[in-house]
Amino acid sequence: MTENEVLRSLAGVLAAAGPVIFGVTGETISERAGIINLSMNGTILLSAMGGFAVSLSTHSLVLGFLAGAGIGALVATVVAFSSITLKQSQVAVGFVLALLCRDLSYFLGNPIMGQMGPRVSLLPIPGLERLPLLGPLLFTQDPMTYLSFILIFLAWFFIFRTRPGLMLRGIGEKPAAAYVRGANVGRLRYFYAALGGAVAGLAGPIYSLSVKAGWKGTISGLDGIGWIVLAITIFGGWSPFRAALGAYLFAFLQWFGLVLQPSLPGVPSQVLQVAPFPLMILTLLLVNIGQADWVERTLARMPESVRRDLSKVLRAMNVTPPAALGTPFEKD
Amino acid sequence: MRDTPARRVLFQIGAVVLALLVTTVVLIAAKAPPLAAFVNIVQGAFGSWDVTSNVLVAWVPLLLVTSGLLLTFTVGLWNIGIEGQIILGGIFATWALRVYGSSGMSPTLVLILAFVAGMAGGSLWAMLAGALKTFGGVNEIFGGLGLNFVATALNIWLIFGPWKRPGVASMSGTLPFDQRLWMPTVTPQSMLSVPTVIIAVAAIVIVYLMIQGTYFGLRLKAVGKNAKAAYILGIPTWQHMMASFALCGLFAGVAGAVQVTAVYHRLIPSISSGYGYLGLMVAMLINYKAAFAAPVALFFAALNVGSIQLPIVLRLDSSLAGVLQGTLVLFVLLGQGLRQRVLKKSQVAS
Repeated sequence: MTENEVLRSLAGVLAAAGPVIFGVTGETISERAGIINLSMNGTILLSAMGGFAVSLSTHSLVLGFLAGAGIGALVATVVAFSSITLKQSQVAVGFVLALLCRDLSYFLGNPIMGQMGPRVSLLPIPGLERLPLLGPLLFTQDPMTYLSFILIFLAWFFIFRTRPGLMLRGIGEKPAAAYVRGANVGRLRYFYAALGGAVAGLAGPIYSLSVKAGWKGTISGLDGIGWIVLAITIFGGWSPFRAALGAYLFAFLQWFGLVLQPSLPGVPSQVLQVAPFPLMILTLLLVNIGQADWVERTLARMPESVRRDLSKVLRAMNVTPPAALGTPFEKD
Repeated sequence: MRDTPARRVLFQIGAVVLALLVTTVVLIAAKAPPLAAFVNIVQGAFGSWDVTSNVLVAWVPLLLVTSGLLLTFTVGLWNIGIEGQIILGGIFATWALRVYGSSGMSPTLVLILAFVAGMAGGSLWAMLAGALKTFGGVNEIFGGLGLNFVATALNIWLIFGPWKRPGVASMSGTLPFDQRLWMPTVTPQSMLSVPTVIIAVAAIVIVYLMIQGTYFGLRLKAVGKNAKAAYILGIPTWQHMMASFALCGLFAGVAGAVQVTAVYHRLIPSISSGYGYLGLMVAMLINYKAAFAAPVALFFAALNVGSIQLPIVLRLDSSLAGVLQGTLVLFVLLGQGLRQRVLKKSQVAS
């Protein structure tokens, strides 16, 4: 591979990570507020199909993206309604929606399968695109990829540097304290679940209008992405930067699998495509294992010097979820 | 207002009606004739003995996985990794058939070995998810999901690699087994095998009795209701979680072995056919009560089989079955919440 080809592939990895970043950021916002939206796999498929269908009939890309965001917000609102108002299990409702929305997308998308539709074109940034290395890598992308770069910083700034962001963390960590401080926990959770759903819903049209343009039903290759998004959210420790790192790692591994393909003729492509999944389990294991009882007990038995270093490593990898994640809030 | 059985039934009927309504709206949105579609599904499931026997063929693995899932749900675990456990059951059963099939043993004995191997495979995969949860702190939902993808990859690798057909490997699976090693079916053309039906029925009866009538079932329930309290009262908590994982995987493994030995007579890439996820839906729909598992699983199997011919007859995608199943479970869950809310309100008022 020449240097140019490598750069173009890596630019492709950044673009491929774009929708994953939207999904992970949306889920992070929702989980920060205490709502697990397990429907992600269905949400992304349905918003991909819906966004493509809308842009196909209206010839408007903007409307396609809005439709995707709308579908995401709607599905998330159902999860919020069933958990906040009806006190049902978020996991159960989210799982049902994950399957239901997937089947809905295949059923309703049947007539538009394989059609040629509009697609987002590249928008090189004048001036910056000529920069060596960075030009082809960062500044010769389509608008949604630029937006994915911005979204990482925006989400981080909002969650950790603004007052509403502080409140968002509050309703996910200590809803009772946030309530005493005057927050309407139920209403805020509705809002952030819907907002997170809308952001994640944009992932669908980014696939169907750009990264994997078109709608091809069950062979669209999007089934499973939503589950990965949920895993990366945990890997990301509910922080936008670490989550983005996970998204880039995932996109890179998928690309790397394709690159390795010719040199490993005995291994079918489907196997290399799933290479990120075992790695994801491994990382989940690494970020969680520090909390296990037996690890603490083993560490306690070790000599002081070893223990200090080991527990430092474990603590660095360790992430803790928002304390009130998945639990309903009762005022009394 | 009190929570009477009649009120419960009313909410369930309401959920069914709403699910049918929403599916009708979806059909109209797809510019399809709703009535014709529903009639087509019913005919596709019960129109002739052939299709009805196919419903039973789908019922067997679905009932098996639902039985297993009832145990993990009882202990408060979400065994989403069940798909992978079915796949491992299929792989292990295939392995046993390949190893012992040509050894001169009696076919019956080989088939029994295949089922035992399937149980071991499903169980091992489930315990892996359990170990990740117990010793690694990995939530069983994410560990299970990851293991599902790994199981799929392992399956495809075997089909395209070590176990590929002589000549060219293909998505149609491994070479079919010798006919001696097929489970006996009702007629030579049929896929319906009476012994597998008996196994499935036995599975749900065993699970029902285990949960309702044994000390072990009681402890599972205690852990599921409040793991901390159960632990303080002296119930070894993680051991019970592991046991329920192992048993659930065992049932899933049997389902995989059934698919390999009775339905496809070979290992195929989609050996689990989504029965694991469907079983989770059935378990939710029956509110984790074993007594209703058999009829509801039969209903879901009928929807799946009934929708197979939709693409040919009405040019509709067969995922309509999933839409109907999904809306049904969703409305039942929402209905439960609504009923509890109404009850609470009226209690506060009185």
